[in-house]
Amino acid sequence: MTNPQTVVLEAHNLVKRYGSVTAINGAEFELRAGEVLAVIGDNGAGKSSLIKALSGALVPDSGEIRMDGAPVRFKTTLDARHHGIETVYQDLAVIPALDIASNVFLGRELRKKGFMGTVLRQLDKPRMRTESMQHLSDLKIGIKSATQTVETLSGGQRQGVAVVRSAAFGKRVIIMDEPTAALGVKESGMVMDLIRQIRERGLPVILISHDMPHVFDVADRIHVHRLGKRAGVVDPKVRSMAEVVALMTGAMEPTEEERNGGA
Amino acid sequence: MTTSTTQISPAPPRSRRDWTWVARQPLVGPLAALILAVIVFSIGSPRFLSPYNLSLIGQQSIVIGILAVAQTIVILTAGIDLSIGAIAVLGTIVMAKTVPQVGGVGALLIALVVCVAIGAVNGSLVSFLRLPPFIVTLGTFTAVAAASQLYAGSATYPVTSPLLTFFGQDFGIGAWRTTLGVGVLILVYAVCFYVLHQTAGGQHVYAVGGNPTAARFTGIKINRTLLMVYIMTGVIAMVAAWAALGRIPNADPNAYQTANLDTITAVVIGGTSLFGGRGSVVGTLIGTLIVGVLRNGLTLIGVDNLYQNIATGALVILAVAFDQIARRRTQ
Repeated sequence: MTNPQTVVLEAHNLVKRYGSVTAINGAEFELRAGEVLAVIGDNGAGKSSLIKALSGALVPDSGEIRMDGAPVRFKTTLDARHHGIETVYQDLAVIPALDIASNVFLGRELRKKGFMGTVLRQLDKPRMRTESMQHLSDLKIGIKSATQTVETLSGGQRQGVAVVRSAAFGKRVIIMDEPTAALGVKESGMVMDLIRQIRERGLPVILISHDMPHVFDVADRIHVHRLGKRAGVVDPKVRSMAEVVALMTGAMEPTEEERNGGA
Repeated sequence: MTTSTTQISPAPPRSRRDWTWVARQPLVGPLAALILAVIVFSIGSPRFLSPYNLSLIGQQSIVIGILAVAQTIVILTAGIDLSIGAIAVLGTIVMAKTVPQVGGVGALLIALVVCVAIGAVNGSLVSFLRLPPFIVTLGTFTAVAAASQLYAGSATYPVTSPLLTFFGQDFGIGAWRTTLGVGVLILVYAVCFYVLHQTAGGQHVYAVGGNPTAARFTGIKINRTLLMVYIMTGVIAMVAAWAALGRIPNADPNAYQTANLDTITAVVIGGTSLFGGRGSVVGTLIGTLIVGVLRNGLTLIGVDNLYQNIATGALVILAVAFDQIARRRTQ
């Protein structure tokens, strides 16, 4: 087991300006090994810009991002993925007409060995199916066959497929950007279970969510984002939901320790 | 430590009497329509099921059938190609006019370059400039059709080159004979089926049409996929042009005027969604055969050509209505 205090991904003094608008204003960020870190903030607080910087979707003007203490630069989302950072998006990023295995391996398809694979570029569908089923059962998702097309699945199951894709290839960090925004209550609960399963496998998760009960249900620590920077990191076991909302809107000030990144 | 399994509820059990799931399989509708048409016409005309007539239906389907494969792939990306028939016609004229100087192989190569270049223009405008495919290909359709007329000087060109008319040769056993063009039609379907379902590029076609945002997030190069699709329509248009000279060894700038819309008809009747990401070339083959059987059968039982057009038009609207209703059900 890794030391829970080990920092996997961190960012210091990030700044991003769009003309006169400052989206990230000297933000700090710290993700520890094996934890679920919730990132919350009011609309326009700049949390999605921060997450985009961490997933390579935007390049900050200044500041630095470190993985395992070493500085990294993400120019594209592919750079972040090469470092083992995978992102799950809110809008069910799956292809309806393709089957589960094809969705899990989308953009990273496996080809057959030998002539069929190298010359005729044939996909190794049996292997993609077996490995998909393995990943699905790793996360305890009870789908019977990976040959089902994704359009036959419910919203929660589709998000499950997207989570499996990230968990299968995300070797270091999984970022979930409002993964339950498009889902009903029961299906959201399913995604929360998946987040716990990923944590059990030792992968840290960054969860961006508006849903306070979800955040308190699953997060180990809560990063509160306000006015383009980190207002503080709080412990959900110490702070109540009302207090966290007050911190988010600025109605309440964080303690000195919380301001400096929490315990 | 939780050990709970995330329960994925199984599909609701089907009752024995509930057969609606059969109707929801994408190819069932088109296949049923084809079988129905065959039954009706074989009752209506004793000649319909004769080997000669079946071969004729195949031969009449060659050009539209080949072009419809390319149209299917374009439509799977949520695009449309209104220029594909015009590209093929230009291909026939290029072949016919260049063959006296450069020979058969040279003529085929020049036609291939011309067709691929037009496809690449379509593809570049659609992918890199993000222009709507409908407008882009409407523009190239107009320009290419005019270019064919200018290049042909409003004349037609009989073709005698054995290579260019190669696909007009017949083969078969006994009374069951047909032309090599039908073989080419089947080959084009087989190759495109393989590419769509057995290669990563084919899967990316479905991804780009089905959910472009998701496709981009997973690292698929959308522009490259679109460009390749339109370049491939150029290649297929050249094959269709070659097969067309086998069917009728005469390059005519006024031929295949309705080919663009006929391919869309075949694709839509075959169950491919105009919204992209949903459908298959198998459906299009069935769609092509439905149109072929309908036109041939109605002719055999003595129905006027114009009534055939009305029947085909009604079928298209019916097919789109089915697609729309199916989409609303799944959403």
